[in-house]
Amino acid sequence: MSDTADRVKKIVVEHLGVEADKVTEDASFIDDLGADSLDIVELVMAFEEEFGVEIPDDAAEKIATVSDAIKSIDDNKG
Amino acid sequence: MRRVVITGLGLVTPLGADVETVWANLIAGKSGAGQITRFDTTGQKCTIACEVKPADHPWGFDASKRVDFKVVRQVDPFIVYGIDAAGQALEDAGLTDMDDDLKTRTGCSIGSGIGGLPGIESESIVLHEKGPGRVSPHFVHGRLINLISGQVSIKYGLMGPNHAVVTACSTGAHSIGDAARMIRDGDADVMLAGGSESTINPLGVAGFAQARALNCSYNDRPEQASRPYDKDRDGFVMGEGAGVLVLEEYEHAKARGAKIYAEVVGYGLSGDAYHVTAPHPEGKGAELAMRMALRKAGMEPGDIDYVNAHGTSTMADTIELGAVKRVLGDDLSGASMSSTKSAIGHLLGGAGAVEAIFCVLAIRDQIVPPTLNLDNPDEGTEGVDLVPKVAKKRVVRAALNNSFGFGGTNASVIVKAI
Repeated sequence: MSDTADRVKKIVVEHLGVEADKVTEDASFIDDLGADSLDIVELVMAFEEEFGVEIPDDAAEKIATVSDAIKSIDDNKG
Repeated sequence: MRRVVITGLGLVTPLGADVETVWANLIAGKSGAGQITRFDTTGQKCTIACEVKPADHPWGFDASKRVDFKVVRQVDPFIVYGIDAAGQALEDAGLTDMDDDLKTRTGCSIGSGIGGLPGIESESIVLHEKGPGRVSPHFVHGRLINLISGQVSIKYGLMGPNHAVVTACSTGAHSIGDAARMIRDGDADVMLAGGSESTINPLGVAGFAQARALNCSYNDRPEQASRPYDKDRDGFVMGEGAGVLVLEEYEHAKARGAKIYAEVVGYGLSGDAYHVTAPHPEGKGAELAMRMALRKAGMEPGDIDYVNAHGTSTMADTIELGAVKRVLGDDLSGASMSSTKSAIGHLLGGAGAVEAIFCVLAIRDQIVPPTLNLDNPDEGTEGVDLVPKVAKKRVVRAALNNSFGFGGTNASVIVKAI
């Protein structure tokens, strides 16, 4: 996993209280990690803080999996 | 008429996080008071409180026992305490495995006086320092008072009445009384009823201190600070925690062979119509609430053996005592009266429910808990058994709990041996 992926994984574990090995890149936040839509909003805020990026709302709404989140962070890095 | 009985109890308090530990500590005369550990009290007039102890304390609270990890992260502690106490009560009542039909006839009436003040304070700082885009999406539903009832109903699938009282320090008592009525009226067969509070945060402590309600003169002697009826009392000590009871229709409880602790027989309510924080100087509102509860219970003054007083360790203690004397007689017709706030502090919206549970346990064990720190009883207390310092074995057939709140809102609840 990339550095971004490692840091994303850590945040997901801290916020959702899931086992680290469940946070694979193709894991769905809602279907596999027990999140709801508000949890994703909170996770996006945490990613923005951690990586110093701004993820626009329309991009944030499309985040369904861990890899979507990683891609979104990388896309928005200045 | 449908009768309402108590079949389950749950407590999270500064003296323990389960019913038997709290009760044993209370009867042993222990105090839950200490220096505030939650935040830096520099600059605060009051630096002491009765905090719920952390999980590694001998009688500490472990949130992970009954509350989902995510919920603990997202909501204010008053909701976490309430969910745990409700879970304890359901387990105690043997109602953790209800069928769908019973779930539709089981409801929640768990309130709070203030709600999520710590979260309101901290998110307000986030708003000002980082902007609106950093406010938690869980901010609103993690602070709302009715979210104990909401969370509990979701966790256990309870589809009966979902209610939440907000009447300051009378919340717990009103929650029980209102829930009992819902059962009596046939809206539900089972109700989780109670109250919870957790406002030991900088804004909460400063606010009550500025209202001249908190004890600010015993910061170096926290265990002696809550001293109801004592000449040197000087304001209440803030507590936190929750109390939840399972109320159940009597025939329903009997039919399933439930353990029955006591019956809810009387409920009285009134308003002072006088002042936002001070009680009516003659205690008229308190008197009206007690008289209504007695009348509804069909009881005489001599039928009450124990009064768990509102008794916050303020000037209002003797006003309440005057009202109790007018209702029960100068010697309270032989009843004992104590204030358990001397041990656990004032749980505000949780107080009435926690104290009603103490009344139930007094009936179960035929012992009344003490009023701690009663070194020099104030004038007007002569001839009244205030159970100073040491618990007392005695006959307890029925007990009355008083709760009075800011805004002049009064509630009295009577529970009786079945």
